[in-house]
Amino acid sequence: MISGVLAGGMYGLLALGLSLSWGLLKLVNLSHFALAFLAAYLTYELGTTYHVAPWWSAAMVVPAMFLIGVAQHWLFDRFKVNELASLLITFSFAVILEVAIQLYWTADYRRFETPYSTLSIKAGPFYIPVLELVLCLVAGVLAWGTWLWLRKTYVGKALRAAAEDADIAAAYGVDYKKLAYLLSGMGAAYAGVAGTFIALIATLAPAQIWAWLGVVFAVVIIGRLGNPLGALAAGMLIGASESLAMAVLSPAWAPVVSFSVLIAILLWDPEWL
Amino acid sequence: MVEGMAAWRRRRVLAGMVGAGAALAAPAIARAAPSGAPVKVGGTLSLTGFLAQTAVIHKIAAEMMVEEINGRNGFLGRPVAYVLLDDQSKPDVARSLYEKLITVDKVDLIQGPYATAPILAAMGVAQRYGKVMIQSSMGIPKLQTYDRAFPATPFGPEPDKTYPNVILDAMAAMPTPPKTMVILTSKFPSAQFMAVGMREQAEKRGVKVLLYLEYESGNRDFGAIAARVKEANADFLWVGSLGLESNQLLESLRKLDYTPKNHFHLYPAPGPLALSPDGDKALCSTFLEPDEPFMSRPGMKKLAADYKEKATKANLPYTTIDAQACGMISEWQILEAAVAGANSLEDEKIAAWLKKNRVTTVYGSLRFDGPFNHGDAGQLIKQVQNKEWKVVWPKEFAAPGVKLIAS
Repeated sequence: MISGVLAGGMYGLLALGLSLSWGLLKLVNLSHFALAFLAAYLTYELGTTYHVAPWWSAAMVVPAMFLIGVAQHWLFDRFKVNELASLLITFSFAVILEVAIQLYWTADYRRFETPYSTLSIKAGPFYIPVLELVLCLVAGVLAWGTWLWLRKTYVGKALRAAAEDADIAAAYGVDYKKLAYLLSGMGAAYAGVAGTFIALIATLAPAQIWAWLGVVFAVVIIGRLGNPLGALAAGMLIGASESLAMAVLSPAWAPVVSFSVLIAILLWDPEWL
Repeated sequence: MVEGMAAWRRRRVLAGMVGAGAALAAPAIARAAPSGAPVKVGGTLSLTGFLAQTAVIHKIAAEMMVEEINGRNGFLGRPVAYVLLDDQSKPDVARSLYEKLITVDKVDLIQGPYATAPILAAMGVAQRYGKVMIQSSMGIPKLQTYDRAFPATPFGPEPDKTYPNVILDAMAAMPTPPKTMVILTSKFPSAQFMAVGMREQAEKRGVKVLLYLEYESGNRDFGAIAARVKEANADFLWVGSLGLESNQLLESLRKLDYTPKNHFHLYPAPGPLALSPDGDKALCSTFLEPDEPFMSRPGMKKLAADYKEKATKANLPYTTIDAQACGMISEWQILEAAVAGANSLEDEKIAAWLKKNRVTTVYGSLRFDGPFNHGDAGQLIKQVQNKEWKVVWPKEFAAPGVKLIAS
């Protein structure tokens, strides 16, 4: 269960940016996964070639991702991309990024070995992996902070209002276009944070970009579009369910779990969804 | 290991050696550079997609071999042109591309793609056009039912029976032979096929399988699986892994403060496992390593040096020649020997020659007259010792002074 909840932290972190972009910008950004992997590869490169500590890498990579997110939104805005078209365009962008990653880093597996990768804390009979714990805490802080920002600040309220009805929000002086740039940058920056952790925890291969897609989509939908806390909670729910399936049934059942939970929740149709 | 056919007829061996000799002795013979219209050899590899990390090794090996063959006499005095396409790790794409290679690009000969699923897809097309197809990575030999498909890697016709017994023999030779085992495998077809065989053979030989688990290929979290492995605490852990799954599992086990007593890994990425602190004494399947007695095989030293140079240039993190690269080298050695032996580019004649003759390859002398065109099995066990892979079993393939180390 512990391992599953902690693994769910990664789902939640990856879902965070995607959920904001889908829920508040009405853009389904499939390139979010490619941006996370680009950030992971940059962290790997900085760490292995230039021996930069991961937190310093994050300090460079995350702002760079923010700028990529802003630039990406400029393209969406310039070409008036709608929700459906965004699926296709961002998919193409992800494929281009995948090829670019493969050209530079090759298709071979890359592993960023650090002293933290196998560190764990023993709490009674339980072993808690340190990196995953830190990931969960970071995901928690980001999700909580974003939730507060969306609810308590003028900018956050304006964004939510514009997502509800852009015309009415504009009538009240909300400059949705400018705010959308900020939000797109934030989503990409979150992909950068996730990428830093992917570099530390997972194996890097260009094709892995697509490995998280299904489960993170399920997490975004279960957590409700545009809801940062929902994304994190859903990530942990899916992670724990997968882990439970692996421990009690068979590991082969784990991939079925996320979609079974999604279908069950959609059938149940709770008020909060 | 399956013993070679005791009654192998001398004449057939000699006939095979004539053909193989034509290829292997060629550098020593002064020849004119190949000339005329190139012989087009087409094939696909999974240059992108989830198999790309291994296929890139095959690409380097293939290009190296084409260069080497053209440096000799080409095929029948004509230069060889390799038409390589990317099947994106997708069997349906492989199928379409082989159709294109044969009907649009009009290649003279084909080489097989990488991995079981694309090979099966390409085999159907090859069969439709009667093309000879040599492949090096189909882990389930019984699926190779096409008469003109030939294996370049000595899996033998029943690796699910023969190879588990090689492992069990090695286990029995340990100072304290393991009595219990955990079998953990990816659901990737060739790994799962071997895992089922391992379970059957282990039970037949009295080794108790405490836990048998399958996980989806590409599994992201090994925490829960590691907990079950630790709980079972068997004497031997057998992992039907691909790529970095073994590293991920061993890391998860270390997080639980558990080190498996003895552990075997089927198809892991060789570099990362050898270099990982968790990989020490890990056992793994192989067909050869760049060590004795393999380096004494004809041309092997040059191949190893060439491969290292090209892999370094291609920015690969692990540049040592291994069984993956040698699979593709063996494919080209077989094709070169068969074209020379049959003295023809006609698929019918090439196939007929291969069925009657042995070919000397980096894997040793291979024959193709057994079930599913397979010959003797030659799968060995290697072990990480001081961060290097060393063949340790069967003993006769271990380098001088190298021994199997039990934990």
